Amino acid sequence: MSVLIYAENQNGKFPKSALEAVSYGAEVAAMMGTDAIAITCGSINGDGGLGNAGASNVWVANAPTSDSQLMGKLIVAAAAKANANVIIFSHDVAGKMVAPRVAARLDAGLVPGATALPGADFVVRKNVFSGKAIADVAIHTTNKVITVLPNSLGVKNTGATAAVEAFAFDAGASRITVKEVKSENKDGEIPLPEAELVVSAGRGMKGPEHWGPIEELAKILGATTACSRPVSDIGWRPHHEHVGQTGVTIRPNLYIAVGISGAIQHLAGVNGSKIIVVINKDPEAPFFKAADYGIVGDAFEVLPKIIEAAKAFKAAH
Amino acid sequence: MKILVCISKAPDTTSKIAFTDGGSKFDENGVQFIVNPYDEWYALVRALELKETIGGTVTILSVGGTDYEPIIRKALAIGADEAVRIDAAESDSLYVAKQIAAYANGKGFDIIFCGKETINFNGSIVPGMVAELLDLPFVSLANKLNVNGNTATIEREVAGGEEVIEVNTPFVVSAAKGMAEQRIPNMRGIMAARTKPLEVVPAAAAEAATSVKSYSLPPAKSGCKYIDAENAGSLIQLLHEEAKAI
Repeated sequence: MSVLIYAENQNGKFPKSALEAVSYGAEVAAMMGTDAIAITCGSINGDGGLGNAGASNVWVANAPTSDSQLMGKLIVAAAAKANANVIIFSHDVAGKMVAPRVAARLDAGLVPGATALPGADFVVRKNVFSGKAIADVAIHTTNKVITVLPNSLGVKNTGATAAVEAFAFDAGASRITVKEVKSENKDGEIPLPEAELVVSAGRGMKGPEHWGPIEELAKILGATTACSRPVSDIGWRPHHEHVGQTGVTIRPNLYIAVGISGAIQHLAGVNGSKIIVVINKDPEAPFFKAADYGIVGDAFEVLPKIIEAAKAFKAAH
Repeated sequence: MKILVCISKAPDTTSKIAFTDGGSKFDENGVQFIVNPYDEWYALVRALELKETIGGTVTILSVGGTDYEPIIRKALAIGADEAVRIDAAESDSLYVAKQIAAYANGKGFDIIFCGKETINFNGSIVPGMVAELLDLPFVSLANKLNVNGNTATIEREVAGGEEVIEVNTPFVVSAAKGMAEQRIPNMRGIMAARTKPLEVVPAAAAEAATSVKSYSLPPAKSGCKYIDAENAGSLIQLLHEEAKAI
């Protein structure tokens, strides 16, 4: 018996979401009195830090990560070798792609987007209704699959190093051909779902040419930029920046919303944020009800003051 | 081209979320139900666009009770040709996937479209399960899809960007924003939908693998602390010293 975790390797580096999944798996393994085995693809440096996140072993395989079917086969083969009946993924792109295939193959109940460790009888907490409510979901099957919501539980560092070995796997031919990979994020910018700091703006900015202060504040703070749905719909900002019920769901430590009224659909995508700052010239904007800090005022007068203070703060820290 | 579009029922995005029976059931009182937005705006509309350009049929598939019929009629009004309702309670993702796979198996669908997730359970897992059960390729989180002969070119979300892939039919795809634009059904569509075929089929034998024990609401915010606009710069200090967010 053991717990198997799939850790997504992004060009030799493990994103925080992968470390969080490993850490979650290690805690489940500790609860069950067993080991946490991580499996990954591609080349890694040492144990890639997965031992520090709680894995006792790291298996490195060669498989096409763009093909959910072959990746599913890989994870099922690794689970058989590890004698694992609990399999953990991050609730990221890879998890959404591969975890359901593994669950269907192993006839396993799957809880997607867990926000807490399993309780007694394997009841797992997750967000539902786009973050407007919480559900406790019981898994009834012997085999269990869980995907862990990024930015929910953090990583418990153990200081340990994992044993690394190759995992022999013959993937076979893929039915999916990758033609092109386009990177959306500017160099060094953290993708929205993983971002701890987010500066976001909406129609209150009056036009795409006025985004300068938003980008400047984000740059000073090391934050990722986001926007509301109307702004991405009219093409002021790219679609991948749209946070909300039908866009990206985020859970940063800090969410600064400028010129966004706070429609219920927008709140659904951001209400997992730990601290919310709302800047809006309309004191009746519904977003203030969900905010921790609010500034009623014109964005073009307020932002320069905040930018100046942020520059001074960064210079001093 | 023979296309299957799986649609789910969801509470309208403006619904107040509340629970009854000691937190065990969603309170449907006063709630307006809609076609899950990802299923309707992106999956269904793109399927109809493909049908309009290259010909074929679009079949709607839902797993649910008679309460599903209004949203199925809506999908038919938007332009689907026919619909199938599998008469079963949509209890668990694996259970629902098994129902869809049992129906679709051997029917020769070229593309099985799903939305990327429902706005009530936010799982994003049924389409991948359907693909596995039918031994088909699965393309997740797709935002563009074009078909040439039996080859589809699809753009989809990957970590930190997008990827363009090619896959031959048949396959399963989950549709995300960008795939198509929402369509409002016109009066002719609504009238035509009344007489389009809606077949009800019994559920396949399967067990639910998970179940919701209870629901709760997230803790409310303690209240907003206002900062004077003249003094907006003090926000940074508060975020550092009080909120410990930077």
